Amino acid sequence: MNTLLCIPLLVLLGTIVPLCSMRYSRTACAFLTAALPALALFLILDLAPAVIAGERFNVAVDWVPAIDLSLAFRLDGLALLFSFLILGIGLLVILYARYYLSKEDNIGKFYSYLILFMFAMLGVVMSDNLIQLWVFWELTSISSFLLISFWGHKSEARKGARMALTITGAGGLFLLAGLLMLGDVVGSYSLQTVLDSGDLIRAHSSYPIIVVLVLVGAFTKSAQFPFHFWLPNAMAAPTPVSAYLHSATMVKAGIFLMARFYPALAGTDLWFLIVSMTGLATFLLGGYLALFQHDLKGLLANSTISHLGLITLLLGMGSDLALVAAVFHIINHATFKASLFMAAGIIDHESGSRDMRQLNGLWKYMPYTATLAMVASMAMAGVPLLNGFLSKEMFFNETLHQDSLGSLSWMVPVMATLGGVLSVAYSLRFIHDVFFNGEPINLPKTPHEPPRYMRVPVEILVALCLIVGIFPSFIVGDLLQSASFSALNGPVPEYSLAIWHGFNLPLLMSAIALVGGLMVYYNRRHLFKFQAQFPAKDPKVIFERGIQQLVAKSASFINFFENGSLQRYVYFVMSLTIVVSAYPLLDLDATAGRRPEIPVDALSITGAVLLTLGSLGTVIWHRRRMVALLTLSVVGLIVTLAFARFSAPDLALTQLSVEVVTVILLMLALFFLPQKTPKESSPRRVVRDLGISAMIGGIVGTVIYAMMTRPLDTISDFFLENSKTGGGGTNVVNVILVDFRGFDTLGEITVLGIAALGIFKLISRMRLYMPSGNEQGRAWSEDRHPLMLSVVSQSLLPLALLVSAYIFLRGHNMPGGGFIAGLITSVAIIQQYVAHGVDWIKERLKLDYQIMIGSGIGIAALTGLGSWAFGHPFLTSWFDYFSLPVIGKFELASAMIFDLGVYLTVVGATMLILANLGQLTTSERATFEEDA
Amino acid sequence: MEGIYAFCVGLMTACGIFLTLRGRTFSVVVGLTLLSYAVNLFLFASGRLRLDAAAVLGESENYGDPLPQALVLTAIVIGFAMTAFAVILAMRARADLGNDHVDGRIPQTKESARQKSGGQR
Repeated sequence: MNTLLCIPLLVLLGTIVPLCSMRYSRTACAFLTAALPALALFLILDLAPAVIAGERFNVAVDWVPAIDLSLAFRLDGLALLFSFLILGIGLLVILYARYYLSKEDNIGKFYSYLILFMFAMLGVVMSDNLIQLWVFWELTSISSFLLISFWGHKSEARKGARMALTITGAGGLFLLAGLLMLGDVVGSYSLQTVLDSGDLIRAHSSYPIIVVLVLVGAFTKSAQFPFHFWLPNAMAAPTPVSAYLHSATMVKAGIFLMARFYPALAGTDLWFLIVSMTGLATFLLGGYLALFQHDLKGLLANSTISHLGLITLLLGMGSDLALVAAVFHIINHATFKASLFMAAGIIDHESGSRDMRQLNGLWKYMPYTATLAMVASMAMAGVPLLNGFLSKEMFFNETLHQDSLGSLSWMVPVMATLGGVLSVAYSLRFIHDVFFNGEPINLPKTPHEPPRYMRVPVEILVALCLIVGIFPSFIVGDLLQSASFSALNGPVPEYSLAIWHGFNLPLLMSAIALVGGLMVYYNRRHLFKFQAQFPAKDPKVIFERGIQQLVAKSASFINFFENGSLQRYVYFVMSLTIVVSAYPLLDLDATAGRRPEIPVDALSITGAVLLTLGSLGTVIWHRRRMVALLTLSVVGLIVTLAFARFSAPDLALTQLSVEVVTVILLMLALFFLPQKTPKESSPRRVVRDLGISAMIGGIVGTVIYAMMTRPLDTISDFFLENSKTGGGGTNVVNVILVDFRGFDTLGEITVLGIAALGIFKLISRMRLYMPSGNEQGRAWSEDRHPLMLSVVSQSLLPLALLVSAYIFLRGHNMPGGGFIAGLITSVAIIQQYVAHGVDWIKERLKLDYQIMIGSGIGIAALTGLGSWAFGHPFLTSWFDYFSLPVIGKFELASAMIFDLGVYLTVVGATMLILANLGQLTTSERATFEEDA
Repeated sequence: MEGIYAFCVGLMTACGIFLTLRGRTFSVVVGLTLLSYAVNLFLFASGRLRLDAAAVLGESENYGDPLPQALVLTAIVIGFAMTAFAVILAMRARADLGNDHVDGRIPQTKESARQKSGGQR
């Protein structure tokens, strides 16, 4: 397997290791967790010499080639540098966290999140595909959310995590939009293709939008102004997380993005203006805010913001040398800031406080840690012989050689020096306030040196600060050269990494920064007093209020549409129906088509008049429910006749039997419901509803008229031709149902069965009182089962069953079939119920309707499956002709068995509904304890 | 003939929708039933109106379109199941909620609010 592909996969595999090994000791868990990332680091080290020599490794596995999606990784100089940071500092953090986390913390979970983040971050820097890069980008947001909220019992951890996720996640969406547009402009999502088409992108009309979208993504992630406020709030995370995510890796992802897309997007005034101004503002703001923090981690967080601003400013200056300086400062900042966070964590861990008003004079208690922290903060301040000095010197030099602001360009070095002053001042505060400045005040614990191995990561990082500061080109020269080469996607300009460049302006600026910083810190009390005049604003509170307002606004918006009133929903749906259905009709030229109409005859007119009267009567008398039901049944009958008239005998038979069943059902329901509807619609409501229904009626009438008067183009010729030869039946409608479209029918009888079972469940727990009389208070007749009806219906039953059997059997060739036969059988049984009552039937007719439904659907499905046994697709039918001596020639078809399933389901479903509803009116109804 | 048919379907649709917009469950069920008649006739008409053209082979010269008929046949049966479900749901709602309004509660109109306060006075 490809080595390059192994690197991220090893780390991904590493997310499981801590979960499996957490049952052993915490030390074992830490070591096992570190194993796979260490292996990945080893693999990268193995590839490193070739990369530094200028080689670029690629690996791509096609995923969806059609839309240019692939799993593609690359290892070039920039990716190499970041991989070192991610894996190297990651390993140190694993060791550090082993001692930082207490016994109560779930260390396995923590490590798992940490490695997940490591994988995501590694994916970001190694991605060779834009979409893939974005996926990893969002994964860093999600895993950082998990890490920040690791101590989920703390409210500030939850709030901080939420804020970080909201800001960086939203920025990620901007980035996605930008990357999609970028891919669209270039025509490829391959990173290298994009990097090689810088001129094409810059010349494109949507370039400004792409730049802004991508930069919003980068700025949110790297906590640039005005999105900087999430980073101090993310300090609620355990300190190892801050040391890892908020100094070395995640916040650098935005910087990485800008460096990565530098060849593709930079090089225009727009880029320089946005990036450099944002960087400058962030640089100064972060430095200023850092000075006034009382929380140790708050100071470090704001100084991180400031340094990220510095790097952004460098990336926005537009010279290749500035980019080299930016890359160099990425390395330096990662080393000194990670060690400072770890030192802050040690102080917090061993003294129980992070408040600099309490922490004083710790030098006496932990001299060794103090020395380490002091060296690291001097690197942060830019003191000579430390790595921070070198990159800051390069930064000052670059500010002198830029002209992005035209005649105002001189302001940039001045502001840069001011930023330098601030960073010296807050570094000094970190040293002086914590380790000197009197005695500790009210610390929860007596401070002491940390465990030996907790200090090791800090020692390594601080040693790096020193070595890089003294022998810069020997240690990082090659790495810097190769990273800059790949970030520029071209040759790197000449530069020198020496400590001493002679007396020059940058050195003077450094000196001013040092002296100025000392003076600012010395006069800090006046500054603090001045700062105290500003009203304290907690971004957390403002953010939470904003989110709450958003939630409240959406809730009121939703409440308007979804207030629980069905009447209102129906109104909305119907109004929308008018809009949606009327709009296309505006484009239709004429209502009538060219198809000749059937001449009108007296019979049809009579039917139409009856139907009109019935429909109108239903509406007019809808408050007298029984009358409405009667008029409704008139409509149903006319519909039946219409089917019969217009050549659909099957439909007429079905409609007729359904009509009977429906009316009986509604009458039964009416027995339990109020007999009359109160008059409660306001006149306005009536007019509104009349308007809506008239509009829809008009639209439907127009559509159907337009449709019927236009020629027919149908696929039914196939069914007509193959019905006899392929399906063995002459009734094409029935053959379609049980053969051609048998699968549909199977679905439909299943729905029918489910509906019936649902109704059964609804009825079985119904708590309705049984009215003893009608609305006027007249009692119902005691004579429930008239003798005449009993006798007649009893003799009718065999006849009705015979008819239904006949209808069933002939269904394949003549109008009829399972549906109709089932309904006729149901009507016959219902008649028995009406005539004799439930008790009488119960003794004589032992049918379990639920089993009937089940067996019906089962038979139908098995018929379908049966065709598999003969090697045919599901529901292929079979038929043949036989002859018997007496009966003569007859046909047998598998479709008839299927139809039997339909028949059983229909009978079962109909009877399950009606028999159970009818049962409510008798002594058989379920009783409840409350009733008794 | 087509004109009359279209008028009838349109009228049934209008009546059905008016009733579904009413506030009591039984009216809505009746409205749904009317609507399903209209919908079935609509679907059926997509095969165009034919006289004496049942889709039974050997019975006539030219056949009506059997496909919409097959669709409507199942639609009628499913429509019955739907009506039944709706009406049983309405009964259950009345049993559990104590009223038969579709919103599950009698909405307070200005008029009824006035009557109530008048009654208290």
